[in-house]
Amino acid sequence: MTNIIIWTIAILAALGLVLSVVLFLVAKKFKVEEDPRIDEVEAVMPGANCGGCGFAGCRAFAESAVKAGNLDNNYCPVGGADVMSKVASILGVEVKASAPKVAVVRCNGTCEARPRVNEYGGAASCKVKASLYAGDTLCQWGCLGCGDCVSACKFGALSMGPATGLPVVDESKCTACGACVKSCPKGIIELRNKGPRSMRVVVECVNKDKGVLARKACSNACIGCTKCQKVCAHDAITIESNLAYIDFTKCKLCKKCVAECPTGAIHAINFPVLPAKKVEDKPKETGNEQ
Amino acid sequence: MDKYLVSPNPHIHTSTYTHTLMGDVCIALLPAIVVSVLFYGWSELLILGVSALSCVVIEWAITKFLLKREGRFCGCAALVTGLLLAMNLPPTTPWWVVVIGAIVAIGVAKMSFGGLGQNVFNPALVGRVFLLISFPAIMTDWTVPAGFLSGVDAVSGATLLGRYAEGGVEAVQGVDYLQTLFFNIGGSAGEISALALLAGWVYLLVRKVIKPWITLSIFATVAVVATIFNLCDPAQYTDALFNLLSGGMILGACFMATDYVTSPMSTLGGIIYGIGIGFIVMMIRFFGSYPEGMSFAILLMNMAVPLLNRAFHQRKYGRA
Amino acid sequence: MSSKLTFRIGGIHPCDNKISRDCAIEVLPLPEVVYVSMAQHLGAPAAPVVAVGDKVLAGQVIAEPAGFISAFVHSPVSGTVKSIAPRADIAGRMVNHIEIVREGDEWAEGIDLSTDLVTEIPADRQFCLDRIKNNGVVGLGGATFPTHVKLNPAPGSKAECLIINGAECEPYLTSDYRIMLERTKEIIVGAAIMQSVLGGCRCVIGIEENKPAAIKAMRAALAELPYEGIKVQVLKKRYPQGGEKQLIDAVMRRQVASGALPISVGAVVQNMATALAVYEAVQKNRPLVTNVLTVTGDCLPVSAQHNYLFRIGMPLSYIAQVAGGVPEGAAKIISGGPMMGKAISNLDAATVKGSSSILYLSEEATRRKPESECIRCGRCADACPMGLEPFLLRRLTEAGDMQGLEAASVQDCIECGCCLYSCPANIPLLDHIRLSKGQVMGIIRARAAAAKAAQAANNQK
Repeated sequence: MTNIIIWTIAILAALGLVLSVVLFLVAKKFKVEEDPRIDEVEAVMPGANCGGCGFAGCRAFAESAVKAGNLDNNYCPVGGADVMSKVASILGVEVKASAPKVAVVRCNGTCEARPRVNEYGGAASCKVKASLYAGDTLCQWGCLGCGDCVSACKFGALSMGPATGLPVVDESKCTACGACVKSCPKGIIELRNKGPRSMRVVVECVNKDKGVLARKACSNACIGCTKCQKVCAHDAITIESNLAYIDFTKCKLCKKCVAECPTGAIHAINFPVLPAKKVEDKPKETGNEQ
Repeated sequence: MDKYLVSPNPHIHTSTYTHTLMGDVCIALLPAIVVSVLFYGWSELLILGVSALSCVVIEWAITKFLLKREGRFCGCAALVTGLLLAMNLPPTTPWWVVVIGAIVAIGVAKMSFGGLGQNVFNPALVGRVFLLISFPAIMTDWTVPAGFLSGVDAVSGATLLGRYAEGGVEAVQGVDYLQTLFFNIGGSAGEISALALLAGWVYLLVRKVIKPWITLSIFATVAVVATIFNLCDPAQYTDALFNLLSGGMILGACFMATDYVTSPMSTLGGIIYGIGIGFIVMMIRFFGSYPEGMSFAILLMNMAVPLLNRAFHQRKYGRA
Repeated sequence: MSSKLTFRIGGIHPCDNKISRDCAIEVLPLPEVVYVSMAQHLGAPAAPVVAVGDKVLAGQVIAEPAGFISAFVHSPVSGTVKSIAPRADIAGRMVNHIEIVREGDEWAEGIDLSTDLVTEIPADRQFCLDRIKNNGVVGLGGATFPTHVKLNPAPGSKAECLIINGAECEPYLTSDYRIMLERTKEIIVGAAIMQSVLGGCRCVIGIEENKPAAIKAMRAALAELPYEGIKVQVLKKRYPQGGEKQLIDAVMRRQVASGALPISVGAVVQNMATALAVYEAVQKNRPLVTNVLTVTGDCLPVSAQHNYLFRIGMPLSYIAQVAGGVPEGAAKIISGGPMMGKAISNLDAATVKGSSSILYLSEEATRRKPESECIRCGRCADACPMGLEPFLLRRLTEAGDMQGLEAASVQDCIECGCCLYSCPANIPLLDHIRLSKGQVMGIIRARAAAAKAAQAANNQK
């Protein structure tokens, strides 16, 4: 009996010894040399693997950053300056300053302003709808309302407004990863600088039709009248194909254009005078002063 | 102007929907249900009712409160599971055991995998096997209750397969095959009448609800395996006809193995799946300790379905 | 004769609903204004050659092809060009249109408007091809591919069989059926012309069994006409029999490889209406400015159903008006058949060469039921005439797995709609598959272009 136990232990011990030697040799021979900084960089990344940086995930971002040795092509929009400075210190390089951004929906074609002329009955997907036809309103540029952006958002920052039928961005959750921008077949969502205290002036329209047509399709549409362009003292507004666009790097938030716009297409967001409650909701959000 | 509909093509749809398919399965089970109630009386009706009701209620509750997917509840599918589960139970099963079976079938085997279309195993069979292992005494008590037709008062019987497992070939010598075809007292509701079940199966074929290949390949394999063993040693192994007509063979092959969700998509995959079931069931019957192996055979082959779906595909156009 | 043929993979049997089959073709009165689209065909839109204010005659060229795959467009009426501007098509998308205000109905010179049958086929192949090209003939079976390109296969490939597609497998549509009955001999002459252009291959006229009168008429006319090597083949009633690849499989028992053209198996498929257009172009020098269109639907009384001879550029709303207005119960208006037609979101859009119907479907017939869970019944795969597995393609689309999609041959999808038609769970399979098909085709094209560029670079070295 004792013999059996001893033999068993001996054989097992011998097996263990032999196999561990084999394992050791194999590990030594087939070792893959990898820069240890890749793991370090990955460790400080947000780990959402959202692809907002343009790479397949946080690991791919780390590999690319370490391989390049600089951060010229790498920016993590989710982690922002915080994460980037950590990554920079690991790599021993300077980090480029980048203003925090936020997703902005550039369509205000609410159910009321933009009457439906037919009923869409296909798959609930903006991409399917966009590839089928011009849309269920007379505006072929605006939001299709099927919520592809909502399902693309990994941070739950987007939701469809029940009354408006338009996506609403929860700015406290938005990480500016850009997934919604890519998911929108109409290109309505744009990443814009968050602005001081999240204040922004935005043309909430993408309709490039002539004024008459745009107006007919939607009462909130930009009609390309150029009034805003004329009133702007900072050359921030350009008008191309009957559509005004405010360059957020030039805009000084004077709000003159907001008052001037005949259709109310230009919106001033998060200004204290307007819905004062909104600012109180997010007292901690202070963007970079430009 | 009115708001006209706009959608991608096609603009028309066949009149077959999930609930009509499941409804057809219920209709196909009717002959067997009627026969079982006629022979086993109130107690069988109670089992059928409790099982069907609890399956539907449990699925509805889980869909609504746990998964929060309102509007996605398909009562017909749960009803099919409930009826199949009931037909797999002995007629004397107490109602609370039936409820436990329903909870396991729907709650564990179906909804925990994500609900309709997601389950790996046939829910009714998981429920039955769970009960078989947990309550072996109840699940092998083949006392025959008083029925409406038979006039037999509560006799204790054993199933044909049970007799074979106990006493070998001699115990089942002289079985009247004609009787097994029409009504075979002793066994679960799904074992009484082969003919009623086959009628339901033919109905499903005619309505194009299922294709015959899986069932036929099970029958063929069982026949071949049984014949080979029977020829080798008739004193030890029963013949093909006995195996085809006894136990849950027909219910399993016609209704359980052909469940859409847990059977392969392609015809060739289905045939191999059927061969697997037929082979395993014969191994269990001849060499296993359980008298019947249909449930285990189907559940085992359920596991192979993802692999079969991967291995066998449709014949594609222009890619000979 | 030989037995009924059909294709070998998949297919469905929708109710054919050919309610308007007994309505003879009526000629529509001319409207005051027509809008002629520049995108009448597959390929590059045509380029206008008239200016605003120009007087044009019916049948006069008003736009030229703008590429190898493109076609001439002719004025359908005589009058003055009022504008050349973007106008919404049936899907509401802006396409260049030439607006012509009609003045009388005067035809350009050299066009034979008589109805006498000309059976003698010009021997000069190039003459026929030129006539077909210059008269703007395109395939009228749905894809509107320029016919002269299809009839002039690349050197090295030889046509063995010309198939004239008379399947008309789409439910409701009856325009092909009507011309088969009313223009039988012209169609056969058209087929014979194409046969001779292709170098004298055999010709099969495929007609589905649900049109016995057309089969009889065709056979009787064939016996009277002097052409050889043309025969009528009866096909089983099954959708999508009229799909090019399915028809080739049915008639020739050959399958076109993925990504290849029908000519690679020696087949050329032309539609019934195209054969008629070829006859008129070659024998009468008549440009393609007319076609037959069915006004039908399940919510339209039989008395209000019509088969109309229309001229291109007529607004659909005008035709609907002439036919008695949009019926009460219509929930969806479709241009084309119920399986592959396009839902019309803009009824003011103008008809084009390939317009085949105005189909009114009731709410009950056409509204999609709510989607439910896939029960893995495999009906979509059984129905797919290309032998694909739509349930798998949908799952791969959801996962965004382009490699998997390509391996599962999503690019072979012919968008016939059989999968969605047969899905008991109402899953919008085709909607998603069409999207990923587009993406995968883009990837395949990009790869081919890159390979070509790399080869060119190698050759330079």
